[in-house]
Amino acid sequence: MHFADGAMDAQEHQDTSLRILVADDNTSDRMILRAIVRKQGYEVYTAQDGSEAVEAFKRYRPHIVLMDALMPNMDGFEAARQIKQMAGEELVPVIFLTSLKDTHSLVDCLEAGGDDFLSKPYNPTILQAKINAFNRMRRMHHVLQQQRDEISLHNKRLLHEQHVAKRVFDNVAHSGCLDASNIKHLLSPLAVFNGDVLLASRTPSGNMFVLLGDFTGHGLPAAIGAMPMAEIFYSMASKGYAMGDVLREINQRLKRILPTGFFCCAAMLDFNFNKKTVEVWNGGLPDGLIFHSESRLLTQLKSAHLPLGVVGNERFSDETERYTLRDDDRVYLYSDGILEAGNAEDQMFGEERLHEVFSRCINPERLFETIGEAVNEFAGQQGVKDDLTLVEIRMCDVAELVDLAEPFVSSRKYGPSDWSFTYTLYPNTLKTYNPLPLLLQVIMEVPALRRFSGQIYMLLSELFSNSLEHGLLRLNSQAKSDIVGFSEYYTERDRRLASLEDGRIVFHIDHRLNQDGGVLKIRIEDSGEGFNVDALHSSLAQKGYAGRGLALIHSLCESVRFIGMGNKVELVFKWRFEE
Amino acid sequence: MAIWSQLSNDGKELTIRIQGRFDFSAHQDFREAYESVGEKLPRVFIIDMKETTYLDSSALGMLLLLRDYAGGDGADIRIVNCNMDVKKILIISNFGQLFNIS
Repeated sequence: MHFADGAMDAQEHQDTSLRILVADDNTSDRMILRAIVRKQGYEVYTAQDGSEAVEAFKRYRPHIVLMDALMPNMDGFEAARQIKQMAGEELVPVIFLTSLKDTHSLVDCLEAGGDDFLSKPYNPTILQAKINAFNRMRRMHHVLQQQRDEISLHNKRLLHEQHVAKRVFDNVAHSGCLDASNIKHLLSPLAVFNGDVLLASRTPSGNMFVLLGDFTGHGLPAAIGAMPMAEIFYSMASKGYAMGDVLREINQRLKRILPTGFFCCAAMLDFNFNKKTVEVWNGGLPDGLIFHSESRLLTQLKSAHLPLGVVGNERFSDETERYTLRDDDRVYLYSDGILEAGNAEDQMFGEERLHEVFSRCINPERLFETIGEAVNEFAGQQGVKDDLTLVEIRMCDVAELVDLAEPFVSSRKYGPSDWSFTYTLYPNTLKTYNPLPLLLQVIMEVPALRRFSGQIYMLLSELFSNSLEHGLLRLNSQAKSDIVGFSEYYTERDRRLASLEDGRIVFHIDHRLNQDGGVLKIRIEDSGEGFNVDALHSSLAQKGYAGRGLALIHSLCESVRFIGMGNKVELVFKWRFEE
Repeated sequence: MAIWSQLSNDGKELTIRIQGRFDFSAHQDFREAYESVGEKLPRVFIIDMKETTYLDSSALGMLLLLRDYAGGDGADIRIVNCNMDVKKILIISNFGQLFNIS
């Protein structure tokens, strides 16, 4: 310890580059002080009054200033003030030289920005000690300043890198259809680095998928998982895969790439605007909410599953809950940032306060904004951390969303134009596999057909569920005529499908090009008993939960033909080149 | 936050007690609590949350790490004495499927 001090002293003695300014109007005092300081090995500059001191400071930039308090022209106090101002962030210690003894004057010295004072007559040892002490402080200040600048530079670089990374992420994740007129969302621009991901996409059948994910951890590890998640989500959604398939694929990928202990709490919604339903899967996210605009009641969408990426697919459950909505009902998902927003008393916003916002709601149109305001008001001066993620999706008429179609390519020359294939599915496949994405993918190889992908998917999907549910599983669509029956119908469907032992569904698809466009024929045949075609046609007139499918098919196709006993249907879909 | 661990006399049961907030700052201590036991793996791990006030998602991650360490699907890990807040977080994440929670 002692040795170290000595070494430090020795080093300071050698610090001859230290420049010291002495300002005193008394010539003899000034000479004495200059002699003492010079003897100690420092470079000395002198001034006879305050304004000379200020000039000398400008010119020589001394490191430490020894200044008489009372001087003509400009006194030491004013000179100290100006010097401190010029020094800016740099620490230039000013030591007042004074014969004043009363406490009041000494306090004045310090208040004018002086750092210390030295009483006359001067004691060289004390002077030396003070110069050393202030030089140490000055250097420490300098190091601090440097480190602060370095940190701020690093921080700037980090932010810049995050912005670049964010741009890359955006190119993968793009905004999907988050800007659709029925979606409102709150998401920090750099949310991906807080681990929050919000994705939304239309599907070929006109449904809408929304996924909110909250990765454990912050920063890069959280952001890295978001990339494959977004990629899988968008590519599978656009190919027509079901929600369960998308979740399974994401789960499997995250399980594989994330280290143990890192995972993603997530909830996914599948909105069907034709049937007015939403299917919900929640794994580890706080309870989502449905606000029923008519009854003003809330339905909680509880987490029923492990988060994504925790267990392998053999233990993963993609079971969903299905809810029937009316137009203007609203579904909310949020990450725990909303619930955990804290106020000055260290309380959290919490679920109860959130539910209160809903129960006090006067205008559902403004619910989304009101939630944000309530959280902000609660947090008060504390401010809200920027990891609030909230999304509202409103059930609406399907017509409101027509203009969200994906861009398409159209060319006469390129791609397959005349082809046909037959694809037969047997019970084990029918139980677990959705053949529609594959069929759609084959059909979409014809570039000009891509702009009809939504319609074609709908045709395939209506035909397929018709054959499966009514042909093979012999479900009666009349059961769907009310809301209760509607959900019972799907329970029964799952039960019968699970015990299906024989039967088959055959797709035969054929495409030909002609002068003005092309003709796509889709024939589906099931091994069921068929049905009374005439009775079905008359039931089409009724409007209810059942029978909408066929009405839709009729409206989209050139012709619809039931063949044989009604277990075979052939559609002709004609399309024309664009002008 | 403080963490204590105690091995039963027969070496078959390891109890880990967590006091205060169980979050990322506990990472190192929590891992040491079960890795320092020695070569022979205890059969049962008891995580005593009696004095745990809060649990965040990184704590959930640490529990998963312990589960892997203790043998994955074959691990016998019992999380006991949880208060309401802690229990709620475990329930939302459906960790009941992976751990024995009481």
